[in-house]
Amino acid sequence: MLKQTLAAAGVVLALTTPSAQSDARAQAQAQVEFGIAVAQRGLWKEAMYRWERAVNLDPSYAAAWNNLGIAYEHEGMFDKAREAYEKALDLEPDNAMIQQNYDLFREINDRANQSDR
Amino acid sequence: MTAPIRAIVSLGLAVTVAACTNFYEVAIETPLRPKLDVSRFQRVLVAGFITGGSDEVDVNLETARLLRSQLRNNSQLQVVDADVLPLAELAAEQAPKPAEPARAPTAAPGDPAEAESAITSEEELEEYEHIFANVGFWKDLGEEYQSPLIVTGTIFFNAHQRGGMVTQEREVYDSFGRRQVVPVRTYRDRKGYVLSPKFIFIDGESGAILSTERHREEILYDASQNTPALSSYFELMDRLMPSFLGALSTQSIKGTRILLK
Repeated sequence: MLKQTLAAAGVVLALTTPSAQSDARAQAQAQVEFGIAVAQRGLWKEAMYRWERAVNLDPSYAAAWNNLGIAYEHEGMFDKAREAYEKALDLEPDNAMIQQNYDLFREINDRANQSDR
Repeated sequence: MTAPIRAIVSLGLAVTVAACTNFYEVAIETPLRPKLDVSRFQRVLVAGFITGGSDEVDVNLETARLLRSQLRNNSQLQVVDADVLPLAELAAEQAPKPAEPARAPTAAPGDPAEAESAITSEEELEEYEHIFANVGFWKDLGEEYQSPLIVTGTIFFNAHQRGGMVTQEREVYDSFGRRQVVPVRTYRDRKGYVLSPKFIFIDGESGAILSTERHREEILYDASQNTPALSSYFELMDRLMPSFLGALSTQSIKGTRILLK
């Protein structure tokens, strides 16, 4: 009986987990897309809010972290931008676009740090 | 269709279009905080500079005018309009006797150009820098103008000559008469100017130095080219202006980034 219950629970877990994950990704993706649309209209604070929601929904979503890094950078929040870009690169180390964004950000961040000295 | 509905429809369309591609290039403006916290100052006084080098340009006057105009357009501070100080002459007067530079007494009082024309090297400029440590002098000046942020410093601007290899394009024709343009490295004598300013920011209330910024820029032209000193001066100042302004006001850097889906 116990074996049967455990087996059933395993089946339920196996069936529900990927679905819950894909559900989270789908919700996060909707937030990301909405964020992109508003960012393209210059509404960066709204975009930032959307991408923050996206990474909360799905913390493994590299694109959302990348976009969040851009939004933070645009708002002058350099420490948060660095964290977001680095998180995106941790998730997708071979993504050349994220790397390019990060490199450009670092160039500016270095200038800002020179200013602080 | 009413305006709000149109906005919603257009946003909806944008989201739909966005769903078709995976990345988007967007323009961003990254704000850079000022290097100096100038929030407690309401005014800025570009007092004047100790200058040396070429006498083709009145560097003290031109720099004060240029910085004032840039600060008027690019900072929140109110720019004080005051006579530009003949700082080299004042420094020569303040110099303690044993350390007084040999050239200083040759300067006729009230004629800064003569005092400054005597300074022919950057090392000689340093002999006058004691004036920046004279807290009482800057404090008195600050009191006169309601405790502004004071901008001063030294500027060396001089003619400069240097030979070196340059890459030029040369037309060549092969045995079939076909034209080709090839890069050729040749040695050329070049002349131009070097600009080496040291900007000093002083608290007009305490007379203390807040910050110092050094720059060095040079420009070289073909030896046959005759470029006026004043236009070279402005070209060199133009290069370092963003950095100077970045000390006092928020600058934004325009760029592009790639949004991902």
